[in-house]
Parts: sequence; C-alpha cells; structure tokens
Amino acid sequence: MRDQALWTWHVLAGVVIAVLLGLHMTIMHLDVLVGIFNPADPHPIEWGNVVARARQGFFLVSYVVLLGAALFHGLYGLRNILFELGPGAGAKRAVNALLTAGGVAMFAFGALAAWAASTLARTL
Amino acid sequence: MLETNGHPNRLGLVGWLGGGRWGAERYLYTLHRLTGLGLLAYFLLHIVVTSSRALGPAAWQAAMGRVSGPIFVAGEFLVFVAFAFHGLNGIRLVLVELGWAIGKPIEPVYPYRTSVDEQRPLAIAVMVLAGLLVFAGGLDFFVLH
Repeated sequence: MRDQALWTWHVLAGVVIAVLLGLHMTIMHLDVLVGIFNPADPHPIEWGNVVARARQGFFLVSYVVLLGAALFHGLYGLRNILFELGPGAGAKRAVNALLTAGGVAMFAFGALAAWAASTLARTL
Repeated sequence: MLETNGHPNRLGLVGWLGGGRWGAERYLYTLHRLTGLGLLAYFLLHIVVTSSRALGPAAWQAAMGRVSGPIFVAGEFLVFVAFAFHGLNGIRLVLVELGWAIGKPIEPVYPYRTSVDEQRPLAIAVMVLAGLLVFAGGLDFFVLH
C-alpha cells in the first residue's frame, strides 16, 4: 500500500516535471527559437537574465517545486532500481535512509540557494 | 514496482539488455532507466553549480566559466537529448498506465493479440516527437548560437 502511494507520487511528480522542466529547457536551450524570459541578453545564462528571472516570484516558486519534484522522482526511481536487485532488509533500510537524508539535504540546499538568489536579485 | 512476490531477479542489470518477447518497448524501458540515471546525476551537480547565483555575479560567472567549452556544450546537448527522450517516453508510460492507447479488453481467443502491438503507434509517435525536439535543440545548440 505504501509503495503504491509512493508510485502514485512518483507519477504525479513526473507530470509536474514535464511541465516545469519543459519550461526550463525551453528558456535555457531553445532560447533562439522561442526566446522567452531572457530580457537582458541573448544568452540565457548571462547574469542580467539570471537576475531578471530571480526577481520574479513565479520563478522562485517554480524552481522550488521543480527541485522537490525532481529530487523525489529521481531518487525514488533510483530506489526502485536498487530494490529490484534484491538487497536484504538491512541494505533496503540503509538505501532508504541514505536517499531520504540525501534528498532532504539537497532540497534544503537548493531551496535556500533559490531563496537567497531571489533576495539578492531584488536588492540589485 | 518493487515487490517481486518471492521470485528472485536472477538477471539483474543484465536483464535490461535483452528485449525478448517484449519487443521495442523493452528497449525504451532500458533507455528510460539509463537516461533517468544520467539526468539524476546531472541534476545533483546542477543544483550545486547553479547555487552560485546566490553569491553574486562574480561567483556566478566563475561557476559558468568552469562549465564552458565544447566538451560541456556537447555534454549539455546529451542532457537535452536525455530530457527529450525521458520526458516524452514518460508521458507515454503515464498514458499506458492509465489504460489509454492499449486497446479495449478482448476475449483471450487464439491467436492471441497483445496490447503491446496496440500501443505501438503511441510509442512511434512519442519517439518522432522526441526526434523533432532533439532536432530543434540541436539547431539551437550548434547552428543558431
């Protein structure tokens, strides 16, 4: 039952990623063809564009949501692959603990960076 | 899913290599996993590298300078290709899991028909879309910039 719930969250996170990462990839890698959210300079990673996006609350929220969804989706997928190899109960507990702690730590780090970048951009 | 109902996964990772009677979709499954692992590895590094934007323009430009050059551009394009495949194939998997594009249930009368064949057009369609997206990305990466 718990795994079915986690699997459902995995699929839902995938849908969220498809939308938000699709937008991110369009902004960053289809910038010449589509050209959105890069007001300062033609290249999306130029500091002026980074600041322009970081000033918008939409990007702060979408980055944090994408961060959480992608970490859960990716780490749960990795957990599935590892568990299919038939580890023992102790190894499963260790994998669960490692991936959960790693995922929470990366989420906290990434969310803090997004918030700090947004705060910095609003002061410039 | 996770439970194996007591049957050991004897093939392990080697089982990813052979499609057997599953056909082309089995190789899409293998590619889905490989691209997923690649995207996860890239994403974890991406979180660390892009966090430098919180430290100001000098830190950001130094971080971007460390990941520039033709090798990194080629690597980023591979990430884009993995994203295009994994995302569109993932949408196919969600549609199939919801029971769409696999045909209606039928009586199991010989010669049996398999739903794998029923959903083949969807698999072909998403691969064509992935190919178009990769083409557009390739133009942006290597021609228009």
